[in-house]
Amino acid sequence: MAHAIFFYIFSTIAIISAIMVTASKNTVHSVFFLILDFISISCLFIMIGAEFLGMIMLIVYVGAVAVLFLFVVMMLNVAQQKNQWFLSSQSSSHIPIGLIISTIIFFELIIVIGGWKYKPELFEKINSTSSSEGISNTHSLGQILYTDYIHVFQISGMILLVAMIGAIVLTFRQREGVKKQDYIKQISRERSEGVEVLEVQSNKGVQIDD
Amino acid sequence: MIDIGLGHYLTLGAIIFTIGVVGIFLNRKNIIVILMSVELILLAVNINLVSFSIYLDDLAGQVFTLFILTVAAAEAAIGLAIIVVYYRNAGTIRVEEIDELKG
Repeated sequence: MAHAIFFYIFSTIAIISAIMVTASKNTVHSVFFLILDFISISCLFIMIGAEFLGMIMLIVYVGAVAVLFLFVVMMLNVAQQKNQWFLSSQSSSHIPIGLIISTIIFFELIIVIGGWKYKPELFEKINSTSSSEGISNTHSLGQILYTDYIHVFQISGMILLVAMIGAIVLTFRQREGVKKQDYIKQISRERSEGVEVLEVQSNKGVQIDD
Repeated sequence: MIDIGLGHYLTLGAIIFTIGVVGIFLNRKNIIVILMSVELILLAVNINLVSFSIYLDDLAGQVFTLFILTVAAAEAAIGLAIIVVYYRNAGTIRVEEIDELKG
């Protein structure tokens, strides 16, 4: 009973905020609704027994990805852009076609899910406690993540490294007029071009041209 | 209705997936909203994987959800970097003004 109540609460919040992500006028509001969506879905995950994934979703999405989105939205100054949602000032012939196609996709998915009804032994209640021997979800996930899936795990680490390098390389730019240290130039300095020994006569200074 | 089963979670995933697809199709704002719709689609896939994993009592689904999360984070970082570079070059990221490949 409590499972049903909380499922309906969280899924309603998730669906409404997903609609608001695509439909809200302000991009900053879209990011906030995306955060709300992730929070409610991670509550659902924690509720059905995948605690580790729920917490990871909070940390990764709400903590990192959503803040990254918000940072880019603020930096690019697009938050003030008002959108013409369904106003159709220009040619908007793609809107009915898009709606039709997405409705078709939705009903296909529903038909696929409904197909499970014909195998009733696969359609019973979800057991809310996944751990049977008193091992927590995080423990059992770690036990197979670092043994059976170690290669996939390391490949995902490589993907993150490549993404980091790619993002840095893409957004890196050399600016004009900024003084920076040039290590090669500093190291390759010779004594002959840095120091000059002069015979200085008394009562006469040294003319330094610079 | 009261008994929450696998079908409820799969239906939630289907609804969020479709909302993400609608967000990609009908977008008239900037590309950042399209990236957020892609995140919604990946979230729907995660819901499906986790509910199947809990239901069938097989942890492989949750492991792959973890990898999908990794790929989604990498995709968001690269996509936002591309958007920043494009904004620097073109001065706009509105969807209808990006038509250089239209021919």
